[in-house]
Amino acid sequence: MSKPLKKVFSKGNEAIAMAAINAGCHYYFGYPITPQNEIPEYMAEHLPAVGGEFLQAESEIASINMLLGAAATGVRVMTSSSGPGISLMQEGFSYFAGNELPAVVVNMSRQGPGLGGINATQGDYFQSVKGGGHGDYKLIVLAPHTGQELYDLTIKAFELAEKYRMLTLVLGDAILGQIKEPITPWVPEKTSGGDDRDWLITGAKGRPPRRITSLFLADGEMEKHNWHLQEKYARLERDDVMVEDRDTADAKLVVVAFGSVARIVKSAIDQARAAGMKVGLVRPITLFPFPRKLLGELGGNCKNFLVAEMNTGQMVEDVKLALPGDCTVDFYGRPGGSVPTPEDLYEVISATYSKHKL
Amino acid sequence: MKQVFKRPESMTDKPFHFCPGCHHGIVHRLVAEALDHFNLREKTIGVASVGCSVFLYDYFAVDVIEAPHGRAAAVAAGTKRVLGDNIVFTYQGDGDLAAIGTAEVIHAANRGDNITVIFVNNSIYGMTGGQMAPTTLLGQRSTTSPYGRDNLRDGYPIKMTEMLAALEGPSLVSRVAVNTPGNVKKARKVIRQAFQMQIEGKGFSFVEVLSTCPTNWGMSPQKANERIAEEMIPYFPLGTLKQRDVVDVL
Repeated sequence: MSKPLKKVFSKGNEAIAMAAINAGCHYYFGYPITPQNEIPEYMAEHLPAVGGEFLQAESEIASINMLLGAAATGVRVMTSSSGPGISLMQEGFSYFAGNELPAVVVNMSRQGPGLGGINATQGDYFQSVKGGGHGDYKLIVLAPHTGQELYDLTIKAFELAEKYRMLTLVLGDAILGQIKEPITPWVPEKTSGGDDRDWLITGAKGRPPRRITSLFLADGEMEKHNWHLQEKYARLERDDVMVEDRDTADAKLVVVAFGSVARIVKSAIDQARAAGMKVGLVRPITLFPFPRKLLGELGGNCKNFLVAEMNTGQMVEDVKLALPGDCTVDFYGRPGGSVPTPEDLYEVISATYSKHKL
Repeated sequence: MKQVFKRPESMTDKPFHFCPGCHHGIVHRLVAEALDHFNLREKTIGVASVGCSVFLYDYFAVDVIEAPHGRAAAVAAGTKRVLGDNIVFTYQGDGDLAAIGTAEVIHAANRGDNITVIFVNNSIYGMTGGQMAPTTLLGQRSTTSPYGRDNLRDGYPIKMTEMLAALEGPSLVSRVAVNTPGNVKKARKVIRQAFQMQIEGKGFSFVEVLSTCPTNWGMSPQKANERIAEEMIPYFPLGTLKQRDVVDVL
């Protein structure tokens, strides 16, 4: 199916850029912001060689709209940014949803609110999965936790975006973007959504003119369009949930964490298992669609859950909604400005384990 | 019998929704005539903006992308970067281009993006019901300047053509009007030149068209036409401020 290439030692941001180009993304529009600058820099250096184009926009507002204009032609396109820049793009996200256009956006999130700081955080969870723009819409949100996964999920992001005609957000953070790891790049078999799609804007040569619009004023049309969007979101929840379910079969306590925190949690769980505690991990890889079904089923057997996040409590709300009412849900959160260590998380796991007399 | 006047092929046969005396219909036709002249209908992509002209796709028989408010130039830049052999134009009003979309149009112009921008300046927000625009004249009453535009509070009407002509990127920057048959003929020529610039790859071309809004000006169509000559042209003088060399095909 896929062609593996030579192993490289690469920063997370570079892995994303490399994956995008290998996935056939030949157009990139973006604006500089730390901690994701290696993405536009890599694109600027490498896109000319594949006949593509890198363009530095005057703002993230312009980037997302250039992306929109390019996405309407059907090519694979990407932009990337962080916190403040992603906030500026929210208007565009809403239009992508209404217009049903596929594209990939990377948020290497940084601390907020405001100008905040340039280090890692998971404070953008709500903005990513609840919809930061206007209207009743969703994005597909992918949360990688290693360099290889940044690479793999960037390719997956293009496939999902095209399958559902939606914007896919790859949500990383400063840790994932800056960490350098061995990565095995690969080239997917499919590097384009195809020229035969019936909505592509290419000029009305030998066919009736087409339009890309999110304006529905005729009687009943707006509601119909909104139900159509909701039907896609339901299909996503049915067919494309991705989740890592680790050591949960015999677990008395299940930790739920995503992204870089999940990676730190894994070390803490290894310590806990070594100390005889039966602890498992559920790591949502798709934050939308959220693995509600899996958690609901798991909550039938295991009754104690712990959510760990680098924010003061965002995903924990979705975990509580997904679990049966008789489960306990403890929360450990650290706001922007700090990163928990494996030892911190081990202490929390151990204390939670004792608290519930497991 | 020989047919001497017909609807351009680049237009559909859908009747305009525009108010009586509004100039959008004339400007639409002039753009369509230019597309027909160069046989561009099947390779043209229009970018609609937010305002009365959002329904571009109902009237032009070309592919159309609807842009968020003010962002048409950025959307068009993205499209043109991918489809370099196609013709891409935006059609924007004064609120869209000269207020919320000022940054996008300035930078598209400055990059010399090879697109054509048709800027319809009627000195008011039409679609939302007659609010003050960045181009509203001093003293002009609108629903949000009920006592008249005051330069101490609201600043002066913005001159986009003069601003953009100061940049290196554009190939053509011109202001025209369509209030008289003579001005329509001149506007036809300039709009055609603007598309010619794009065909020849000369870069960003920009045509500002002074336009009426009889409904929100509270005037008859005839009186509104007179206002163009009496009030708008004196402040927004007509003429081409910048033009790269091009073969005159007219």
